[in-house]
Amino acid sequence: MSGVRVLVGTRKGAFVLTSDGKRARWDISGPHFAGWEIYHLKGSPADPNRLYASQTSGWFGQQIQRSNDGGKTWEPVGNQFEYDGATGTHQWYDGTQHPWKFARVWHLEPSLGDPDTIYAGVEDAALFRSIDGGQTWQELPGLRRHVSGPSWMPGAGGMCLHTILLDPSHPDRIFIAISAAGVFRTDDAGKTWRPVNRGLRSEQIPDPTAEVGHCVHRIAMHRSRPGVLFMQKHWDVMRSDDAAESWQEVSGNLPTDFGFPIDVHAHEPGTIYVVPIKSDSEHYPPEGKLRVYRSRTGGNEWEALTKGLPQSDCYVNVLRDAMAVDSLDSCGVYFGTTGGQVYATADAGDSWAPIVRDLPAVLSVEVQTLP
Amino acid sequence: MIRVVLPAHLRTLARVNGEVKLDVEGQATQRSVLDALEARYPMLRGTIRDHVTQQRRALVRFFACQQDLSHEPPDTPLPDAVATGAEPFLVVGAIAGG
Repeated sequence: MSGVRVLVGTRKGAFVLTSDGKRARWDISGPHFAGWEIYHLKGSPADPNRLYASQTSGWFGQQIQRSNDGGKTWEPVGNQFEYDGATGTHQWYDGTQHPWKFARVWHLEPSLGDPDTIYAGVEDAALFRSIDGGQTWQELPGLRRHVSGPSWMPGAGGMCLHTILLDPSHPDRIFIAISAAGVFRTDDAGKTWRPVNRGLRSEQIPDPTAEVGHCVHRIAMHRSRPGVLFMQKHWDVMRSDDAAESWQEVSGNLPTDFGFPIDVHAHEPGTIYVVPIKSDSEHYPPEGKLRVYRSRTGGNEWEALTKGLPQSDCYVNVLRDAMAVDSLDSCGVYFGTTGGQVYATADAGDSWAPIVRDLPAVLSVEVQTLP
Repeated sequence: MIRVVLPAHLRTLARVNGEVKLDVEGQATQRSVLDALEARYPMLRGTIRDHVTQQRRALVRFFACQQDLSHEPPDTPLPDAVATGAEPFLVVGAIAGG
């Protein structure tokens, strides 16, 4: 019988949650790397037992861990992330230019076809790649050297490259997103990049429709329809039907269009999920009600999903990398909160239940559907 | 023989229990001790000092013989008691963070 493995990164370690296809009973292992911040874990689509984890610490810096047995055992691999050539500068909070400085790996994206090839999105924003299973890392410097680079600025969480989408139908096409610069696309495997933010409007920057400078929180695609992208921006939920060449707002009837994660149903490329958050200074659900909103129309028309979620006195946040879906026949959706709960639904969002309630603050959630 | 005491998280990372004992060629200095430590435990590279600049990470300190040696130049000889193994060289995670 098929099953699922949920990879959870938290402020104080990693946890691996496993279940059979019913998704009713769960085994929980962890904490792995206890005491370290685990920004992200992800498995290789080409080899589900090959996992990678980004392990960081304010004291001891960055580690990358690799597992070849589905998370039972781990080994540290390469942790040297050196920018390629001249480091350059970007805009700092006070308007001055500030040298690029590596802080941590926010997101790991294994190649669709090769378990030893993996991309890393880092703070200060840059894209790295390893082709030897994480032992060594090389920057794809064309992104950081984009002419707009000196104008990029950190969001409140740092200037992070937090999303990497590999286009399954165009092997040389990659989308990435940076807070606060926006979305960039390469069509030549990372050599050259261009910003693709037309249609975004951010009143918090001097030119609301600028080519770069937007605080994009997350972008998502369905692998069967990679030209259609969905975005949770700082404010606004957006959609593109032309591979990010242009964007249209699809916030519709959401109670607030601020939020962090956005994801797509495994079998319905037009069904998407967000978690509305009250505002950028109030990082909790409106009215203390934790609600996932689902749109079956690719945006604009949203329904609240509340069954099994706390509907009073709930003041947690759901971070940008903390939602994922499985690909079982009835799509499962999973998200983790800053309060340490991981919620799951096995019926595409109609009803929810916590898998676990008291983890450290959840930074990331990924799901593997196992044969 | 040099005795090195690592903070708990680095002992876990390097999979060692208790003190690390190192043979250091030449004079015992911060640099020669850390070079020997990283040669035996490559996973510690970048955790105590920067990969390239070799600068001590901001929240890591070096203590020995009741002294804070964190700001000593890296090629300054360590105290005789450390060089002879009578006292350990302590790598300490600062009391900070959450």
